[in-house]
Amino acid sequence: MRILVCISKTPDTTSKIVFKDGNTKFDETGVQWIINPYDEWYALVKAIELKEKDPAATIHLITVGSADCEPIIRKALALGGDEAIRINSDSTDSYFIASQIAAIAQAGNYDIIFTGKETIDYNGSSIGGMVAALVNKPYISLAASFALNENTATIIREIEGGEETCELSLPAVISCQKGMAEQRIPNMRGIMAARTKPLKVVEPVAAEALTSIVSFELPVAKAGVKLVAADNVAELVRLLHEEAKAI
Amino acid sequence: MSVLILIDHADGHIKKASFEALTYGADIAQQNGMAAEALLLGTVTDDLATLGKYGVTKVHQAGNTAFNQLDVQVYLKAITEAVNATGATIIVLAHNQTGKALAPGISAALKAGLVAGAIALPDTSNGFVVKKAVFSGKAFANVNINTAIKVISLSPNSYKVTVGQGIATVQELNLTPLPASIKITAVDKVSGDVPLTEADIVVSAGRGLKGPENWGMVEELAKTLHAATACSRPVADSHWRPHHEHVGQTGVQIAPNLYIAIGISGAIQHLAGVNRSKTIVVINKDAEAPFFKAADYGIVGDAFEIVPKLTEEIKKMHNA
Ligand SMILES: Cc1cc2nc3c(=O)[nH]c(=O)nc-3n(C[C@H](O)[C@H](O)[C@H](O)COP(=O)(O)OP(=O)(O)OC[C@H]3O[C@@H](n4cnc5c(N)ncnc54)[C@H](O)[C@@H]3O)c2cc1C
Repeated sequence: MRILVCISKTPDTTSKIVFKDGNTKFDETGVQWIINPYDEWYALVKAIELKEKDPAATIHLITVGSADCEPIIRKALALGGDEAIRINSDSTDSYFIASQIAAIAQAGNYDIIFTGKETIDYNGSSIGGMVAALVNKPYISLAASFALNENTATIIREIEGGEETCELSLPAVISCQKGMAEQRIPNMRGIMAARTKPLKVVEPVAAEALTSIVSFELPVAKAGVKLVAADNVAELVRLLHEEAKAI
Repeated sequence: MSVLILIDHADGHIKKASFEALTYGADIAQQNGMAAEALLLGTVTDDLATLGKYGVTKVHQAGNTAFNQLDVQVYLKAITEAVNATGATIIVLAHNQTGKALAPGISAALKAGLVAGAIALPDTSNGFVVKKAVFSGKAFANVNINTAIKVISLSPNSYKVTVGQGIATVQELNLTPLPASIKITAVDKVSGDVPLTEADIVVSAGRGLKGPENWGMVEELAKTLHAATACSRPVADSHWRPHHEHVGQTGVQIAPNLYIAIGISGAIQHLAGVNRSKTIVVINKDAEAPFFKAADYGIVGDAFEIVPKLTEEIKKMHNA
């Protein structure tokens, strides 16, 4: 079984978000990079769990990004990927990125393609669905559980106000979220082994960027909190009703 | 040239997020001198002609019951055929679970640029620029769609539904579904609850509540307000509350009209998921809790005393 896991680098969740060049670019100064949590905690760890059950399985990592992604790919290899491909491009357009992954997916004959449900920077929740459409394979988004029996996958996906259990025959593309697996910490042996695992750099295939970011904005700061005394809860209710018109 | 709004439905009824998408799509159509039409795959018991109220003139329905379950491959083929048949150039859908499953595929299949999670009407003064939240709510990006055909998924609770007088004509669209690529074997719905992303009011609690046995007062407050319940990440991680209630940067991102945070410190990752809420109320015993900086109203005090009082006062107001 061949599993492809899509990995993206994102700013650490504690990062203060600052823009530069007239609010047209994200200022990366001082930013700590991490593996996008959904890719790491759920997509990658699920792939590792599948490999623990089926030692013949191989885990292939793919990331679309410039050379500064390599530390996070090494970390993903340390957690348990077997080999990695980096497509050398720093595009932020989902279609361009998905086209790169689709090109590798077409050639690589994978049984499962896992992505995180979204990245915590651009929040597109798009890559999995686009890759699935480009390679014409079934797509399950927001998967919270994945079990394999021969070639049949049983997947629980989130729907509005609940969940749905689905079955399908592999190959398929699956976007992963909470519930799929539990976060792991790389161990020393993994970190050592990761140094020599193959990391191939590939130039991007031709693809269009269908969107472009024109500018960024920061949210308008709140005017300041109105505090109500703890023994005057009725006043809070009045304010919410009359002033905020929220209840 | 038309705007085509995809209608999401479950159990025979159109979802709230789709009414927002309809209003939004109709407003885009008006803004650009286009017609607004809706597409419904599958069957509902709701009267489709009444969708005219939201500004669409026509509803195309492919009333094959095979479409009543969400199979992305089946849907994508049908939607691309419908787009071709109707000549639509802008496709609008809700950025809910269904929209997240479909919008990227529609974009790739039509090679049409997608803005996922739009929160405002496009700015067409120079290109076609749509605003969306990025960095999980810590910022916004204005994104230009570079292609002739455009796909926009609308973030729930971001656009106000307006209701007018119109009546839409309902037209059967003959689309043959592909054989199913997935089999749905069970559906498990939390009945009676308000879905979190659609809720107008959300009552949320954190580690300050000490343990799952203390959630009764949170549920009582939520019930009184017809609100959905949510929680911070450690609360879900400790299995005090179900995972789907976890809000924040790595959980659900919400934008209700009112967010009440009880015993939550207001960590940056938590705020990211909730700071688009219109009004934020914080109840915390620590006056230094960072959440107060992001709040509109606050009470410094013990949640165990304040929350039951709050419920009582709201009931009084309802009865007045
Ligand atoms: C990668 C990463 C991603 C994360 N993503 C998320 C996310 O998506 N969502 C999220 O929520 N967190 C997230 N976190 C965790 C986040 O950093 C905080 O740890 C978490 O939000 C804290 O939860 P809390 O406010 O419930 O608990 P605490 O920080 O422990 O706060 C409890 C609060 O309750 C108050 N309190 C105690 N007793 C009472 C009382 N009797 N009455 C009133 N108030 C009381 C305290 O004063 C305190 O402010 C993430 C962290 C990381 C590292």
